[in-house]
Amino acid sequence: MLTIQELENIRKSKEKLVAVRHHRNDDTPNESGYKYQVLVCGGTGCTSSGCKNVVAALREQIAEHKLENDVKIVTTGCFGLCALGPIMIVYPEGTFYSAVKAETIPEIVEEHLINGNPVKHLLYQQTVCEDGSIKSLDETDFYKKQLRVALRNCGVIDPEDIEEYIATGGYSALAKVLTEMTPDDVIQTLLDSGLRGRGGGGFPTGRKWAFAKASVSDQKYVCCNADEGDPGAFMDRSILEGDPHSVLEAMAIAGYTIGASQGYIYVRAEYPVAVKRLLIAIEQAEKLGVLGDNIFGTDFSFKIELRLGAGAFVCGEETALMTSIEGHRGEPRPRPPFPAVKGLFGKPTILNNVETYANIAQIINKGADWFASMGTETSKGTKVFALGGKITNVGLVEIPMGTTLREIVEEIGGGVPNGKKFKAAQTGGPSGGCIPAEHIDVPIDYENLIALGSMMGSGGLIVMDEDNCMVDIAKFFLEFTVDESCGKCTPCRIGTKRLYELIDKITSGKGEPEDIDKIKELCAYMKSTSLCALGQTASNPVVSTMRYFMDEYEAHVKDKTCPAGVCKELTSYEIIPEKCKGCTLCARNCPVNAISGKVKEPHVIDKEKCIKCGMCMNNCKFGAIVKK
Amino acid sequence: MVTLKINGKSVTVPEDYTILQAAKEVNVEIPTLCYLKDINCIASCRVCVVEIKGRPGLVASCVYPVAEGMEVLTNSPAVRASRKMTIEMLLSNHNKKCLSCSRSTNCELQRLANDYNVDETRFGSEAPRYDIDDVSPYLVRDNNKCILCRRCVAACSKVQGIGAIGAIARGYKTHIDGAFEKCASETTCVGCGQCIVACPVGALREKTNVDLVWEALGNPDKHVIAFTAPSIKATLGECFDMPIGTNVEGEMVSAIRQLGFDKVFNMDVTADLTIVEEANEFLGRVQNGGTLPMMTSCCPGWVKFVEHQYPEFIPNLSTCKSPQAMFGAVLKSYYAEKNNIDPKDIFVVSVIPCTAKKFEVTREQVNKTGDFQDVDVSLTTRELGNMIKNAGIKFAELDKEEYDNPFETASGGGVIFGATGGVMEAALRTAVKKLDPDCDIIDFNEVRGTDGIKEAEYTVNGTTIKVAVASGLANARKILESVKSGEKDYQFIEVMACPGGCINGGGQPCQSDSVKNYVDLKTIRAKALYDEDASLEYRRSHETPVMDMLYKEYFGEPGGERSHKLLHTSYVERHKY
Amino acid sequence: MYKEPAVPFKGTKEQEQELLSFIEANKDERGVLMPALQKAQEIYGYLPIEVQTMVARALDMPLSEVYGVATFYSQFSLNPKGEHRISVCLGTACYVKGADKIMEGLEARLGIKCGECTPDGKFSLDSARCIGACGLAPVMLVDEDVYGRLTVDELDDILAKYRD
Repeated sequence: MLTIQELENIRKSKEKLVAVRHHRNDDTPNESGYKYQVLVCGGTGCTSSGCKNVVAALREQIAEHKLENDVKIVTTGCFGLCALGPIMIVYPEGTFYSAVKAETIPEIVEEHLINGNPVKHLLYQQTVCEDGSIKSLDETDFYKKQLRVALRNCGVIDPEDIEEYIATGGYSALAKVLTEMTPDDVIQTLLDSGLRGRGGGGFPTGRKWAFAKASVSDQKYVCCNADEGDPGAFMDRSILEGDPHSVLEAMAIAGYTIGASQGYIYVRAEYPVAVKRLLIAIEQAEKLGVLGDNIFGTDFSFKIELRLGAGAFVCGEETALMTSIEGHRGEPRPRPPFPAVKGLFGKPTILNNVETYANIAQIINKGADWFASMGTETSKGTKVFALGGKITNVGLVEIPMGTTLREIVEEIGGGVPNGKKFKAAQTGGPSGGCIPAEHIDVPIDYENLIALGSMMGSGGLIVMDEDNCMVDIAKFFLEFTVDESCGKCTPCRIGTKRLYELIDKITSGKGEPEDIDKIKELCAYMKSTSLCALGQTASNPVVSTMRYFMDEYEAHVKDKTCPAGVCKELTSYEIIPEKCKGCTLCARNCPVNAISGKVKEPHVIDKEKCIKCGMCMNNCKFGAIVKK
Repeated sequence: MVTLKINGKSVTVPEDYTILQAAKEVNVEIPTLCYLKDINCIASCRVCVVEIKGRPGLVASCVYPVAEGMEVLTNSPAVRASRKMTIEMLLSNHNKKCLSCSRSTNCELQRLANDYNVDETRFGSEAPRYDIDDVSPYLVRDNNKCILCRRCVAACSKVQGIGAIGAIARGYKTHIDGAFEKCASETTCVGCGQCIVACPVGALREKTNVDLVWEALGNPDKHVIAFTAPSIKATLGECFDMPIGTNVEGEMVSAIRQLGFDKVFNMDVTADLTIVEEANEFLGRVQNGGTLPMMTSCCPGWVKFVEHQYPEFIPNLSTCKSPQAMFGAVLKSYYAEKNNIDPKDIFVVSVIPCTAKKFEVTREQVNKTGDFQDVDVSLTTRELGNMIKNAGIKFAELDKEEYDNPFETASGGGVIFGATGGVMEAALRTAVKKLDPDCDIIDFNEVRGTDGIKEAEYTVNGTTIKVAVASGLANARKILESVKSGEKDYQFIEVMACPGGCINGGGQPCQSDSVKNYVDLKTIRAKALYDEDASLEYRRSHETPVMDMLYKEYFGEPGGERSHKLLHTSYVERHKY
Repeated sequence: MYKEPAVPFKGTKEQEQELLSFIEANKDERGVLMPALQKAQEIYGYLPIEVQTMVARALDMPLSEVYGVATFYSQFSLNPKGEHRISVCLGTACYVKGADKIMEGLEARLGIKCGECTPDGKFSLDSARCIGACGLAPVMLVDEDVYGRLTVDELDDILAKYRD
């Protein structure tokens, strides 16, 4: 059994090791015992870009130069700048290497780790000033406006080492709760903090816990929703990969608060790295005694089990998730009864998502006021977003609530690439909606997003530019929900399909004016009548694109054109005779021989034959082919 | 108790009531499709949605609990628009061959579509996507008509504890079928037909054999005989909109005769014969140390259930054939000989409230004593009703007629065969009398009633008999498990596959949810049988003149050589997966 | 609708033993069906009727229930997978960057549709929901290898690597 004193001893012994790992330029003395600490991102994004080779090369070089006692290599979770992976950061200076390749490791080791000179041409160029000096990461556009609370340990600690987590104050919140606070104290602290669920609905976490605490039962459960299913969202994955113990600690706090001794984490099987790190974390926590029986010598015992999802978006819905843990088809159940009364295996249950849990230990440690000081009137704290789509800095960002969309897109995200114009951002995934350019200055919080017809969702933020057709985007999300509807209730099972067919009819150029009315009618029907949130929100992408981009729908229906030039059936390619030099390249590349013409004479596209693949336009060196 | 308002009208109801139940109290019936009381409460069809003032969206009244001060609107514009759209959605995915559908005019979806004045073409029409399963001898599944209410799934897995079918795939591709889309006859389906009577539309129906019967009736060389099972008289009237529980024996016999059958016999008679054989077998097992508990074998769904799920209990099943099979054998042997008719020229049609009997007809060890089938065709109550309608017979106005000789008069024991506990009671009447000739007990009230499991203990002349009665195979499973674990020690067990017994069989008239959710069908139908039993001259099966005649003229004694050949059978082990 | 795979089931006694001991060890845990199917798929690569029947028998559960669960979750496969498994991410980030073109390109080159396996058993093609490599969109996976920032032109070279 671990005592609180022993926990404190571990913290002290490792405190200095992690103290220098921050993004700031300051004078924190390097007392870590190493000359350098090299942190390599081991998140899924960087793993995909080949960080394993980088680590291997690094270890080889370190061994070759016998630097083992001077240099510590740490594989961490996500730094956020996934687009620039693999990412490597060297402390104590905090120099930031991006797009690192195994081949450049010898140079970095030689120059930087042995000679003490950062290899400037391999650094993230935003950190290199014109005068040659190096900026700290916190001063770069990407990080400047971020505020890392839920992600505070991601990219800082080794997620496979519980002692590094403890070094940052880990498990002290659990110790405090178990020895100094009553369950009601915990609930009050959460209520005062203003923390709301980060998984979608934004329900106050303290109230949720209070309901479950009030239910009387021999057994209760604490569940963690790590079934992050929004296409384009990876906030929860990054937390699980970078800081798994923050979730375990919060679940144990929840268990104490509501009177549960068993927790389940329902995690996507598609996240193998997260699964592995969670398993390691649970094992280490049990071994150390921060999970298990009589934690810190108290009466409180708590165990956590992992359950893997199997590829069903609907299992992100709380009742479906519990049905799935119970071993059935992940079909939602009607509410009431609410999970706090009758949840998993028919027992009172709370379910929070990963990011919500990642905030809790800090709220306990730093106090409700600290948390409530961040954010807006109704939405406290920070929110993690996964930035994606047509944006320069694709990656993970955490911002205080109330940050504007413009700050996220233009400053943190580095704007829309290729000089294209920002058109809209989609938040909330298939349940959310789009925020058009005219509302780019709206401060992001729960209420504002709802008012705009979107929602916070779990935090996917997809940027679209002028080349994206909004009808096509709506169709894309609908195709997703048709596929992911569980099939239980009529409005969602058949409604999504009929809605998809109508939108498809429009993008195919066969839309009729009454189809727009039918679409509106169907959307309203699905929202009012569906059994669960998936069906109730499935029409949001359509409703929201219709709200802001009705002109595009009308162009498809009335003029039979796709203004963005995306919908194949509505576009055509033409050769501008004045520009065509008759080089024949297009004709030779056309897969269906739709282009004819004599050498050195303007060519012509046979529109009957053309399959609109765009090969001709991509190949033309003279810009003579246009899409209409 | 809580008080709420429904459409402005105040009502006070228990706090565990749903809005649907509360609405019924103020005489508002909210339409439902997926909801079957106590069986299927999954809120999936969304037809029963209502509006609660102050709450966004609509809620499913079938599961939504009432609350103090709640104000419910069951018929607001939003509710009506939603319901209409739900029906339109279902129809957009429904093979609308209503004219030729077995459930036309008796279809819950059709009724709603009419009520809500729905344009069934507004959201397009789906081409049939699924193959029709009509491989088994008893069931046809047409998933192109399925509305995915899952009432059949609940009937199969919750009521019957079998789970031969389930929801497959996800989203728009969801459909109901056996594992790996196997046809019913390749699954563990026992053929009880509870899925059919649960189905609100025409996606499930019995495999009809009516054409074969018409053909035989039109063939002058055939001697066509019909016999009717005990419960048909209590339910056939429902096909003609007569009050539930009306005993229509006289009209039924008259109608069958008008259809052109040469003879109309009473299967209650061979129910008596079954009892005589079975009581004899039971006493033999008790006295000679045979396999106990003995289990009844007259229900073919139950027999197939044992063969699939509990083959270790096959020796416990009575070797007696069912009354249908006994009748078939008697008609093609004794009756044929006595009337000097070549059994090959006799065409035997049974009318049984059961789809599993159609399967039983195909079992050689049960229905083939010579080189011909004993019973040629087994019809359900519904099929007979259709034939009568088809022939233009004004059923309710017919004169009452009587069954033909010699299989006319049965005992009350035979009559109550159609209800759960009836076989047990009939057997007890005979067995107890045999154990103690002075005993005059006739009513064994402990085994009556519609409870799924009933137990009783009787001591007669020093012999104690512990009995159990189950209806609904999920209940049967409970009993078998308790026997298997040694927790219970019975001597005699009666099982009927359908909840409440044959009066609620899978071949009985389909009643809509608005009847099933509010009317106790099982009890009302059974009452017709128990009333008749009480009024009869003979109450014990072995005391009727027909039994006397059969044993004197043909079988000799119960369990004798001839009865062994014609009236007893054996069973086979079947796959569980 | 279930279509029997062209390749016959080739499970071994050892595989069966491994599956059955897993189920035996976890039998008392509630909701064990999903973990059992995940284990079965890990062992056999897919979930044919033979395997699902083993699971149903070991858990004393109707086969229809097992099949209902196996067909609900897209991770479970009723068909064997190719020697090399290609999955194209069709998540939002990849989609807006043209992942559909990548899918079309692969379908054309392999002569199969998404969800199928080439007749020689070499490649199977599937779509994936966001694999979290949005920074590299559009992305595809061949077995464990990730190919990011893909263009259709690169497909031939990539496929050639696995063809030998």
